[in-house]
Amino acid sequence: MSEKEESIFTNPFLRWIDDRFPLSSLIKDHATEYYASKNFNIWYIFGVLSMVVLVIMILTGFFLTMNYKPSAKDAFDSVEYIMRSVEWGWLIRYMHSTGASFFFIVVYLHMFRAMLYGSYKKPRELIWILGMLLYFCLMAEAFFGYLLPWGNMSYWAGQVIVNLFGYIPFIGDTLTEWIRGDYFISDITLNRFFAFHVILLPLAIIGLVVAHILALHHVGSNNPDGIEIKEYKDESGKPIDGVAFHPFHTSKDLVWITVFLIVYFAAVFYAPEMGGLFLEVDNFEPADPLKTPEHIVPSWYFTPYYAILRAVPNAALGAVFLVLAVLLFVFLPWLDRCPVKSIRYRGWQYKLALYIFVISFLALGYLGMQPATGVYVLLARIFTITYFGFFLLMPFYTRYEKTKPVPERVVYKK
Amino acid sequence: MSKLDRRKFLSVATSVTSVIGGIFAITPFILSFQPSKKAKALGAAIKVDLSSLEVGSIIKVIYRGTPYYVVHRSEDMIERLKSSENDLRDPDSDLSVQPNFAKNELRSMKPKYLVVEGVCTHLGCAPIEKFSVAPADMGPDWNGGFYCPCHGSKFDLSGRVYSGVPAPSNLRVPPHRFENDSILVVGENPGEADV
Repeated sequence: MSEKEESIFTNPFLRWIDDRFPLSSLIKDHATEYYASKNFNIWYIFGVLSMVVLVIMILTGFFLTMNYKPSAKDAFDSVEYIMRSVEWGWLIRYMHSTGASFFFIVVYLHMFRAMLYGSYKKPRELIWILGMLLYFCLMAEAFFGYLLPWGNMSYWAGQVIVNLFGYIPFIGDTLTEWIRGDYFISDITLNRFFAFHVILLPLAIIGLVVAHILALHHVGSNNPDGIEIKEYKDESGKPIDGVAFHPFHTSKDLVWITVFLIVYFAAVFYAPEMGGLFLEVDNFEPADPLKTPEHIVPSWYFTPYYAILRAVPNAALGAVFLVLAVLLFVFLPWLDRCPVKSIRYRGWQYKLALYIFVISFLALGYLGMQPATGVYVLLARIFTITYFGFFLLMPFYTRYEKTKPVPERVVYKK
Repeated sequence: MSKLDRRKFLSVATSVTSVIGGIFAITPFILSFQPSKKAKALGAAIKVDLSSLEVGSIIKVIYRGTPYYVVHRSEDMIERLKSSENDLRDPDSDLSVQPNFAKNELRSMKPKYLVVEGVCTHLGCAPIEKFSVAPADMGPDWNGGFYCPCHGSKFDLSGRVYSGVPAPSNLRVPPHRFENDSILVVGENPGEADV
């Protein structure tokens, strides 16, 4: 047996397993002998936290399906039944609905971390792409799930989003009919959205998470200095600046997971509606095809893109811009021409651009919740331009960046 | 044919056959997404009795889950259509969806009856009828028409869109025909067989 295949167990039962299943080497490869940089800061917690939320969503979702009925006649009532009659149903449902919003919070912060420290750059392009696929699946999962309570906002938001496909030339109408399985958002649509929400997309998400982590553990984690810790190893072949994921990073992660759970459950218990952001007022009445809510607003995590959709005067073109706004993230590894990864050592151009991008994204998120009138439209147009400017001008402004010298070894204070 | 070539040929032939077989295999699953026979039957054309629809009023009917508006326009309402012509984005309905018989200023088969989809051409909300002239909420220039509460699109009494609003085209006129003076059939054009 080589060193790698040596069992870490003394317990005879676990050794029996080890002879038949690569348990020891899995634990070594992904935990006790996976070395990640010592100087991780708080930005490096959101990957773990998104896994925590995924587990919460799968577990609470599983319990919700036991009482939820995916039919136009029963859906709204069954959600109310869960809230009022099922023992602890309100907790399970609020954990799920609040979890959806927290999922996007941690994923957006996780993505921002990658943009801060250049984690999408070579050799981690594929990790980034897998992450973006996860983000797309998560958006689809959230969209399908949002129709399920069959509230009036669910219904009309679904209507608006499905109609976006109608702008595709020639096949648009057939495609929307195919998606809905009917001539309108109906019982049939609800039933199939349920199938996507509880079977196909969760499976895709789990598969992609595995691929995302395997790719990460293959090339190694980035760090706030954006340098490769594999380049300096001790005699035993361990990176000098790295510590084992388990027990070092895991014990630190547990602290942050606890903090996260305190914040999350504070929201679950005290503000599950979050003033209409997590659960909209219009969604407390059942779907009504004849009564359009005053302002159709998607969930807050989609509003930046919704603002872009409405900022473009032509509806079909607006849909194209919306798709581009989401897709452009995928190309970041190639749009960014600066060889330096971490923002600590990058020039003013990228720092300024990233500031402008964050402000644009947040501003668009706010504007997407406002009515599309007057100054709101004007502002949305300005921020749409700066949003796209960040991506499309990136090959130019990153090429001439004046960077600071990058250290050979990781530093602890900055 | 060398041994290697033969091997390559067999690999390609097997792959191509599998792909074709795969396409056949997934076809039923893709087609199962289409509207079912039941959905199609429920989506068949509907009849609307207009005998009790008074002049100047509207009825809303549901066909295929979509609201359709039938307006019994008065002479005065028809007259007013002319005054706003210059403010319209698509006065001749060139960019809009309607059966050929409705591609005119009145966008209808019979001048007094307007039949339109109650669905804003912007993002599918239901426009609200605002038939009175110059009401407080619509301003002094309002000639009567439809207003979409979602993003502020405005349409005249023929469902034609005003310029400067988000909706790109006029309200759609569905296929429809009149069985007699007061029975409207929504979902079928004249000449199409009754189901």
